[in-house]
Amino acid sequence: MPGIPCIAAMRTLILASARADLGQSVRQVVSAARQLGGEVHVLVVGDKDSAAAIACAAAGVRGVAVVKCAEIASDAMPNIKITATLLKSYALDYTHILSDDSGFCRAVLAHVAALLGVEPVTGVTRIVSTDTFVRPVYAGNAWMTVQSHDPVKILTVRTANFAPADDGGNATIIAIAPMPEMPSPVAGIAQLLECQCTTGLLAGNTAPPLDSARIVVAGGRGLGSAENFTALLAPLARRLGAALGASYGAVSAGYAANALQIGQTGRIIAPALYIAVGISGAIQHLAGIRDAQVVVAIDKNPEAPIFKAADYGLVADLFGAVPALTHALEALGEKT
Amino acid sequence: MPPLEIEKILTPVKRVIDPCVAIRVKTDGSGVEASGVRMSMNPFDEIAIEAAIRLKEIGAANEVIAVTCGMADCAETLRTALAMGADRAILIETGIELQPLAVAKILAALCLKERPDLVICGKQAVDSDAGQTGAMLAALLGWPLAARVSSLNVADGKFLAACETEDGREVWRLRPPAVLTVELGLNTPRYVTLPNLMKAKKKALDTLTPEALGINARSRLTTLSIATPPSRRPCVRVADVDELLARLHDETRVI
Repeated sequence: MPGIPCIAAMRTLILASARADLGQSVRQVVSAARQLGGEVHVLVVGDKDSAAAIACAAAGVRGVAVVKCAEIASDAMPNIKITATLLKSYALDYTHILSDDSGFCRAVLAHVAALLGVEPVTGVTRIVSTDTFVRPVYAGNAWMTVQSHDPVKILTVRTANFAPADDGGNATIIAIAPMPEMPSPVAGIAQLLECQCTTGLLAGNTAPPLDSARIVVAGGRGLGSAENFTALLAPLARRLGAALGASYGAVSAGYAANALQIGQTGRIIAPALYIAVGISGAIQHLAGIRDAQVVVAIDKNPEAPIFKAADYGLVADLFGAVPALTHALEALGEKT
Repeated sequence: MPPLEIEKILTPVKRVIDPCVAIRVKTDGSGVEASGVRMSMNPFDEIAIEAAIRLKEIGAANEVIAVTCGMADCAETLRTALAMGADRAILIETGIELQPLAVAKILAALCLKERPDLVICGKQAVDSDAGQTGAMLAALLGWPLAARVSSLNVADGKFLAACETEDGREVWRLRPPAVLTVELGLNTPRYVTLPNLMKAKKKALDTLTPEALGINARSRLTTLSIATPPSRRPCVRVADVDELLARLHDETRVI
């Protein structure tokens, strides 16, 4: 009889999102989950092909005990309500529910939290203990340490702050049949008409996903036009094997797609090398690159705030400096 | 006149420290210095109000109601919303430090009372950066959610919302009632003119409390401390591309 509660038996369920990075963000969330202690399970929800692929990737991550895989008809995806209903049905078996900080996962976890009546903690950068977490506020200009007293802790984590867990996992994969009471696709009420994937189009399909790229080249308003953005930055990114990013200024000026946006209201990234080209360095942008290992800034304005956040600064006209950099890298590449 | 006409849009707004202000963390770690600091409407909420008013201006909606939760001085933000063109405003007055779940519960209770057809919220508040309230509200109401809306149109009796995602964009067709959270770039909010500010003083601004709506707004998370993050090491200015590459290779090994 489930009478006496077990003291501090942690059990975490991770929602794996069906994302372009196919498993990389799951590895980072698993790292976070392992810090809590206890068993780690992963829930994968997706259409037939993507769910199977993600489930396999998750099962191979060290530290994962069980992967629950739910296949849903593709015209119902992505669907916050269906995923949330499924996740909520398992929630009370766990002490913690985790996911990455992507928009879809945030919305699903918010949904589950609201229905359970618990307060979610989003954008966690550090796990202090099983009930205490650090999260950035005010565009990362302050770090807040919060404590949750809820029976189930619901967290989204900033993957940039957690090293990916290794291979070596051998989790059991369990197929979950759709529940009879799961809501049918909300056709007629909310219907997905079109899904446009805009990432990877500029730097070519071989570019790594922005969230997990080792090197990121980002452009700002200084580029002056969409044509310049591509013409100058794509060759540099290709030469470095980098992902392309953009400041909010560049996105709102139409030089780059919204999916490339880095900053407080875009992606938060932590590449090994971040090269900011023609980006002035507004607080909101700096929030997105705080955890980058090495930051290089190229801008013609020596007073630009970006230089305060950079490790190396080149005050120069980017229209000369960027091609020179690309050319110099090509020469280096030919020597080795 | 577009074929879709809805009665009411509810737009929650939040009073935040102006995002251009450099915030200072109190030395005792108890919070951020807020006294004497410039406050303004959360930028995403300005976009939300603007979106609601534009729907009214094209004849797709009849009434825009602005609502905020907090202390009495939050009425200032409501006056801005009224000056932008909202028809009336509601202040949910409380001294409790509000967290997203409490706000979502308050808004859900208010929606049951006011019965709006659409709730348009900002995607996140630039102080707390939680980005949860809109989604939680949709869950509590059982309404569909369109998140990070970057363009909004009306066609064939439904709303067409383009929603930004990490990988690109989705276009959703939605029948009201629904919750939308808005993204930067959806529109450029209008400036508030002095004549409109004066006119706004005549518009209705009602006050309620969470208790009157039957909501316990207590905080569920305890804030243990607030700290300033460590600052970066100083920037090395390089003379040219060759020096940059040499230093990156020798000093950091990232290239």
